[in-house]
Amino acid sequence: MTTNHGLIMVFGAIMPAFVGLANWLLPMQVGAPDMALPRMNNLSFWILPFAFGMMLSTLFMEGGGPNFGWTFYAPLSTTYAPDSVTFFIFAVHMMGASSIMGSINIIATILNMRAPGMTLMKMPLFVWTWLITAYLLIAVMPVLAGAVTMMLFDIHFGTSFFNAAGGGDPVMFQHIFWFFGHPEVYIMILPAFGIVSHIIPAFARKPLFGYDSMVYAVASIAFLSFIVWAHHMFTVGMPLAGQLFFMYSTMLIAIPTGVKVFNWTATMWQGSMSFETPMLFAIAFVVLFTIGGFSGLMLAITPADYQYHDTYFVVAHFHYVLVPGALFSIIAAVYFWFPKWTGKMYNETMGKAHFWLSFIGVNVTFFPQHFSGLAGMPRRIPDYALQFADFNMISSIGAFIFGFSQLVFLYVIIHGIRKGKPAKARAWEGARGLEWTLPSPAPYHSFTQPPHVPDAEVQG
Amino acid sequence: MTDSTPKNIRRTIRQLCLIVVGMCCFVVALVPLYDLFCEVTGLNGKTGGPYVFDPAATTPDTSRLVKVNFITNTNAGMTWEFRPEKGAVRVHPGELREVNFYVKNTSDRVMVGQAIPSLTPGAAASYFHKTECFCFNNQVLQPGEEMAMPMRFIVGRELPKNVQSINLSYALFDVTDAMGGVGVTGG
Repeated sequence: MTTNHGLIMVFGAIMPAFVGLANWLLPMQVGAPDMALPRMNNLSFWILPFAFGMMLSTLFMEGGGPNFGWTFYAPLSTTYAPDSVTFFIFAVHMMGASSIMGSINIIATILNMRAPGMTLMKMPLFVWTWLITAYLLIAVMPVLAGAVTMMLFDIHFGTSFFNAAGGGDPVMFQHIFWFFGHPEVYIMILPAFGIVSHIIPAFARKPLFGYDSMVYAVASIAFLSFIVWAHHMFTVGMPLAGQLFFMYSTMLIAIPTGVKVFNWTATMWQGSMSFETPMLFAIAFVVLFTIGGFSGLMLAITPADYQYHDTYFVVAHFHYVLVPGALFSIIAAVYFWFPKWTGKMYNETMGKAHFWLSFIGVNVTFFPQHFSGLAGMPRRIPDYALQFADFNMISSIGAFIFGFSQLVFLYVIIHGIRKGKPAKARAWEGARGLEWTLPSPAPYHSFTQPPHVPDAEVQG
Repeated sequence: MTDSTPKNIRRTIRQLCLIVVGMCCFVVALVPLYDLFCEVTGLNGKTGGPYVFDPAATTPDTSRLVKVNFITNTNAGMTWEFRPEKGAVRVHPGELREVNFYVKNTSDRVMVGQAIPSLTPGAAASYFHKTECFCFNNQVLQPGEEMAMPMRFIVGRELPKNVQSINLSYALFDVTDAMGGVGVTGG
């Protein structure tokens, strides 16, 4: 179940949500009528229900579903895996194909269908971050497909890629997996950076501070993501030089990330701010993502990592960057562009209630996990020693608050669609970008004639 | 992609597909590259294959002694007894030494075992040479059969001076099923 939680949240929630946002927003933001390849888009979407149907069906199979964690280290996922692992492998193949097709479509749209006058350095940041994310996806999804294919061969065709008895090497699996895995975690956060870079200027009523440095920061984060993979496996027995290299390269990532956090803060500085729901989520993103970033720096210190490795501290770290990081940015995006999609305004009071419940829920859930992790509670083990019971109780209460608060979100959306007040074309008066020049709700095909790009709508 | 798809978009798609294909090739190439990298650096502690040793051409370096520790273990599900004759020996670099390992099939069926060596520190792996080792082949043991398996090795004279002890571990795997089970009964 934990394995499925990880896989569904990574491949089934965060990634499709970002791809969905991209499909809806990119054509409007670059001034195109639609995505470049609507049919391929359709295919890449309809693969997903089958992939996840297949993956979830493993829960009902004899021997149970995948039980080796979302990182599926071999040989735990080959020699010692339940029979359902083959279904898991094919599900991963299908998700990979879907992601690659989605990415090709996104790059083709961005590179070829921008309105005249929208040069690369005038593109909105959500477009920029998705362009870079899509390249990351294209580069690493084949690596993931290769890893699971080798697993398939090891299980069914007697090869020994990861089987030491036949001359293979289990550590190689970890290298290949994390060569995919680290860019993958940035795939899940870069579009979030783009979203927040739209929302904060809109509600601070100031242009984004340091547009150029934002673009270069995203590009350098993407580049660095390819040379830090072994920081996930400091304890496998690496030579000192290797540990030092991966420690320093990992810490280097803090620099472009720090530039971004600085720019968001500077955008808010002396702005005439108002705190509507999207802005609340965006500010919470900046604060809580930074906490997740700092715990990441702590984990990057090799000697300290020997203590933190595989404890709940790691769980707290990546949930802080993924839940109040990636997920909050998605929720913020939904609130921010909701009037554009539906032509209606949501109920602001309920939106704020949703925010505060989520904010409290997230922190109550994940903050105590830092402490239980530092006290030595291991991850991936379903039972725990008695002394961790209190922290886990607090986490559970927080998780229930967070879970139920999403029902408020559902209510806000449904209520907004059915009974919301009509929204203006420019629903937020501080928002800039081509999508706000279109009527709300946006027509099915936005710009049949390439629009003129006025300077006032340009972010750069 | 229909015929009406503009030319520039088709070109972009072709380029992107090339990247995908390129990355697929890269993954396939990763496996041999990884092995090569480990062989050059000795990082994963794998020791080399049979080594040809000419005692006349080398004189032992009697100025220092290196302690070689032997560790044996059996993998999960492997029922054989497996132990070294001695827990450790002291050798001069450049000197040929033979040690025995004992193995016993405690089960009531014919089984095939394969020992996999691993050596630490990894930096010493490329200086540890074996002229004969049971790990070069797999072993077939009848039920209850016992066997002494020799391993002859030389620690290279070029071994860095800061390495004073080497740990050589053997993990014994049950490969009966992988070898086709019944097919090896006669062997």
